Amino acid sequence: MSDQNDENEIPHAAGNGLMHRRSLLKASALGLAGGFLLPAKADWNSVPGAPQSAYGSPSKFADLQREQTIGHPFGPAAGSSSTPLQSLNGTITPNSLHFERHHAGIPDIDPAQHFLTLYGDLKNSLRFSYESLLAYPMESHKYFLECSGNSYRNTFPTAQDLTAGSLNGLISGAEWTGVPLHYLLDEAGLEKEASWIIAEGADASGHTRSIPLHRMLDGAMVALYQNGEPLRPAQGYPMRLFVPGCEGNISVKWLTALKVQKAPAYTREETSKYTDLLKDGSAEMFSLEMEVKSVITSPSGKMQLNRKGVYEISGMAWSGASTIRAVEVSADGGKTWAKASLQSDNQPNALTRFRIPWQWTGQPGVLQSRAIDHKGNVQPTRDVALKRYSPGSFYHYNGIQSWQVSSDGMVKNVYV
Amino acid sequence: MSMYRFAKLIFKRWQHWFVVLLLISESPLLMAADDGLNHSLTPRLGERVTAYVSSIVSPDGSGLPNGSGSVTEGKLVYNAKCAACHGVDGKMQSNQIVGGIGSLASERPVVTVGSYWPYATTLFDYIARAMPYGQAKTLSANEVYATTAYVLFLNGIVSEQTRFDATTLLTVDMPNQDGFVELNEIDSNAESGVGKQ
Ligand code: HEC
Repeated sequence: MSDQNDENEIPHAAGNGLMHRRSLLKASALGLAGGFLLPAKADWNSVPGAPQSAYGSPSKFADLQREQTIGHPFGPAAGSSSTPLQSLNGTITPNSLHFERHHAGIPDIDPAQHFLTLYGDLKNSLRFSYESLLAYPMESHKYFLECSGNSYRNTFPTAQDLTAGSLNGLISGAEWTGVPLHYLLDEAGLEKEASWIIAEGADASGHTRSIPLHRMLDGAMVALYQNGEPLRPAQGYPMRLFVPGCEGNISVKWLTALKVQKAPAYTREETSKYTDLLKDGSAEMFSLEMEVKSVITSPSGKMQLNRKGVYEISGMAWSGASTIRAVEVSADGGKTWAKASLQSDNQPNALTRFRIPWQWTGQPGVLQSRAIDHKGNVQPTRDVALKRYSPGSFYHYNGIQSWQVSSDGMVKNVYV
Repeated sequence: MSMYRFAKLIFKRWQHWFVVLLLISESPLLMAADDGLNHSLTPRLGERVTAYVSSIVSPDGSGLPNGSGSVTEGKLVYNAKCAACHGVDGKMQSNQIVGGIGSLASERPVVTVGSYWPYATTLFDYIARAMPYGQAKTLSANEVYATTAYVLFLNGIVSEQTRFDATTLLTVDMPNQDGFVELNEIDSNAESGVGKQ
């Protein structure tokens, strides 16, 4: 990889069938030349379908399920589940498929009995009910949310033959709506020495994280809505903290208290966990921002290509530091790269969808994507990403994902 | 001339003074953001709270309750309420909280309370808020001091005679206290682990 990452140096097409990002239109126009056929007559053509319903659900033909629903051996409610990235497209994760991660199950909180208390180095300690927060000015933003343990299975010594979701599905994109935290802090009045805020959840783990004040004043919100509807219980109903661009763990769910202090509290979740052990035995703490990263979601692990011809390679990219400037795709295991087209609102800390047409000739190949953000951060190879940390460390892994396509069309996670 | 046009004329002529007047009246809409906060009109519905009991225990001792507990008392609590999931010796596989001191720089680091945690206050805070798993927040302050002492005793960090209270807990030297590098999060423009290669 050249140091300057000059966008213009990256060609628009590359080895093993990668086509110019704007060439798919022509290809599909050819496909249409065969002309339309009327759909075969089926029941739904003539008999009325199901009546209206109070709350919708997906088609029974759409196979949509969270994956890797696993728990701690001594506390199964401390666990996680992954979003099936390979079944989705676009930049929004449906609420029912949003990945889950919690340390003591999903509490069933009655909002009438839930309060958010601000205390500590403030002129006044203040308590807000759910109802009162609904009356505050709100903002809506599309943000990614990534667990800092996302893709940890790719740190294992041998490549796991799993789907894109099972490997990388602790990431979501959603529109979060809520009250910017600075309104509430302003109302309570910050004292001069205030520098950190300790956020606490109302769940049985009493989940607690220390967050630097500057992040709380600039962009953090008390989120109340997720993709337009009230938060799902697994996402913190009735309210969660949302700190854009940062590891999901600090966006404390079921938020019940914010304590303002001079220094961090050094809670278990920012010492024992969510710290990054280095090779020399020291460890990085408060590595909050999520690194630049991307993953191809189609074609991806465990898929089967059952014809030769044109495919759209599609995936998502994100960076906690900035917006995505470019995504490059390789079909020959990183020898040559071509620029994918990007589809996003160009918002910082949001998911970007990338796409590029690819002609599969039946030759084996390795598909990879590499994201570059506007701060110039480049997604590293797996080797480079692993080199930073101790072999026992698995947080903040952002190495390039490689999908091998064999000549029989099977797609598989590999290390190159 | 209509009232509207008259008002507009007056305003045009005297607009600088209007602005000054508004500023003096400290309209929240116009208040300058010189304190770093973005002032805007909000309903200000926060209720004053005077007696909030904090659950957060920090390394300076803030948040520690009254009470005390010893290693000897802690052994009883631990064996009754913790050992089933963490092992009598604290070395239950997949739930180990004892051992590994000195292993962090090796190929197989063993990360436990003893080998890794930088502060004893963190152990108190975590046991009080999250343990015993499934019955969190049921231990008394004395029991939390006692189990904290016992877990550190099992790790060889404190002696069998130890008794913890809000003062003595702060005197513990954790083996890995200096093992952490805090990424500079105070300065918003600082390097924060992004894109390092
Ligand atoms: C029912 C099983 C169970 C019991 C009983 C239990 N624990 Fe735990 N403990 C767990 C689980 C599960 C975790 C991990 C939770 C997580 O990761 O969120 C844990 C985590 C911990 C940790 C943090 C370990 C680390 O490396 O971060 C400590 C310390 C701890 N327990 C101490 C205790 C003490 C002291 C007691 C008794 C008062 C106790 N536990 C009782 C299941 C249990």
